[in-house]
Amino acid sequence: MSKLDKSDVEKIAFLARLGIDEQDIPEYATNLSNILDMVEQLDSVDTDGVKPMAHPLDAVQRLRADVVTEVNDRENLQAYAPEISDGLYLVPKVIE
Amino acid sequence: MMHNKTITELSAGLEAGEFSSVELTQTYLDRIKLLDKQLNSFITMTPELALEQAKNADAQRAAGNVGLLNGIPLAQKDIFCTKGVKTSCGSKMLEPFISPYDATTISQFNESGAVMLGKTNMDEFAMGSSNETSWYGTVKNPWNTDAVPGGSSGGSAAVVAARLAAASTGTDTGGSIRQPASFCGITGLKPTYGRVSRYGMIAFASSLDQAGPMTRTAEDAALMLNVMAGHDLRDSTSVDVAVPDYRADLNESVEGLKIGLPKEFFSEGLNDGVAKVIESAVKEYEKMGAIIKEISLPTSKLAVPTYYIIAPSECSSNLSRMDGVRFGHRCEDPKDLSDLYIRSRGEGFGPEVKRRILVGTYALSEGFYDAYYVKAQKTRRLISNDFNQAFDEVDVIMGPAAPSTAFNIGELTDDPITMYLSDIYTIAVNLAGLPGMSIPAGFSNDMPVGLQLIGKHFAEAKLLNVAHQFQKETDWHLKAPTAFK
Repeated sequence: MSKLDKSDVEKIAFLARLGIDEQDIPEYATNLSNILDMVEQLDSVDTDGVKPMAHPLDAVQRLRADVVTEVNDRENLQAYAPEISDGLYLVPKVIE
Repeated sequence: MMHNKTITELSAGLEAGEFSSVELTQTYLDRIKLLDKQLNSFITMTPELALEQAKNADAQRAAGNVGLLNGIPLAQKDIFCTKGVKTSCGSKMLEPFISPYDATTISQFNESGAVMLGKTNMDEFAMGSSNETSWYGTVKNPWNTDAVPGGSSGGSAAVVAARLAAASTGTDTGGSIRQPASFCGITGLKPTYGRVSRYGMIAFASSLDQAGPMTRTAEDAALMLNVMAGHDLRDSTSVDVAVPDYRADLNESVEGLKIGLPKEFFSEGLNDGVAKVIESAVKEYEKMGAIIKEISLPTSKLAVPTYYIIAPSECSSNLSRMDGVRFGHRCEDPKDLSDLYIRSRGEGFGPEVKRRILVGTYALSEGFYDAYYVKAQKTRRLISNDFNQAFDEVDVIMGPAAPSTAFNIGELTDDPITMYLSDIYTIAVNLAGLPGMSIPAGFSNDMPVGLQLIGKHFAEAKLLNVAHQFQKETDWHLKAPTAFK
């Protein structure tokens, strides 16, 4: 049983930068533990020598010539940004 | 009654001058205004845009420039970016997001002369099987408004069943076109992975996501796929395989067609009423001269656990772009950058999306990556190998699209795992990247049941042919819910 406790959920939520209300943590811990228990079925499957499948058609990354294909569309793309100034996205001060 | 016509019939009516696209569009807009209060199937309506597009379509027709879907009013799932129109993906996170560009699929519909009536409701970021995770409220099933329409493309399924649009689009990561198509009694097609561009379609699980048509008939689905399919340089996973005319083979006979029934799809967990409907649909094919064979997909029981590693892992990565910096929801007065991320995401995402981000983050975290993600990619290959072997023996695989008919609103919300199992027959198809369909096959306790058809990679034309032949012999696809006739 891969039970996750409150501190595990808090740790994962921080890794994901995901705010979770204190009172909801026990329920997430239960849900997540149940999901991990369900996926534990895979442990019993012999996958020695099986190549991991990343793309259902086993396609590989397509490459293109390194040339400019898109025009600068900054104003349009920033039109609905939460906060911008002089073409830059604004966030709280990071370095004092 | 214009709203009861298929796209094929509407196109004929437009061409013969029986009605204009403006009249047709107005008919649908009036119906939506009158009837959608009962269903909540739209997040955004675009009546001005629709009438402008309809006017243009009529002008183009008059000028002899008739696109494949000229003048046909469609509803688009709110997962597709639409320039100048809110694109919320069912989430509070993207409530403020007006897309600055069109998804490739939307551009293709625009070029074909289609009209967009609005954007349909969906589970938040396509994560759900009932439409109950939408921040914009649950969609109701037109056959019984106490029941869910299925999900995640629940709004798109409901509008087609209720005749509020001629057809719609959906996306399918683990069953999100086929399961709601089954629950609402319509035709839904998930094409082969990579067949339809994912550019501008908000990503959930990138190695599984695929867009497809949701329609009244297989013939209409073929017409829609003619517009949607194709190679797109803007989507690196889009495949460069020639696109046939999907209508060309619709009338081929199914005599001698080898149909495989996986015994795992007919075992415990399948509702008796659904099983009866599927058995009689299979008998119908037998009557048409198809050959029925029992087959086995021994690893199909691994599909749900495999999916619930791969999909959350990919979603946790994809949804990291929703950070409150460049677009979407931002919290009030962030005290530092970390607080900005944590609170914007905490406020913007609902519980199911949070669950999946947490599962994915855990599965991808240091020390667990091999045990979860790589292990699931290996079992994914085993599942795919099973299908390949089955297709050595049969042309098409059939079974139920879902283990039950539409369940009631609220019935499964406290039990995520039981909810996940409603996709038990559809998920394996996404893992293997195969095309799959759900077509109306009958009713159990007055609720629609969908027959699932699964084909080889790029065998969409075969599936559409097999579906069309069934629809020539049966009239399940013509049934309309009483309140929306």
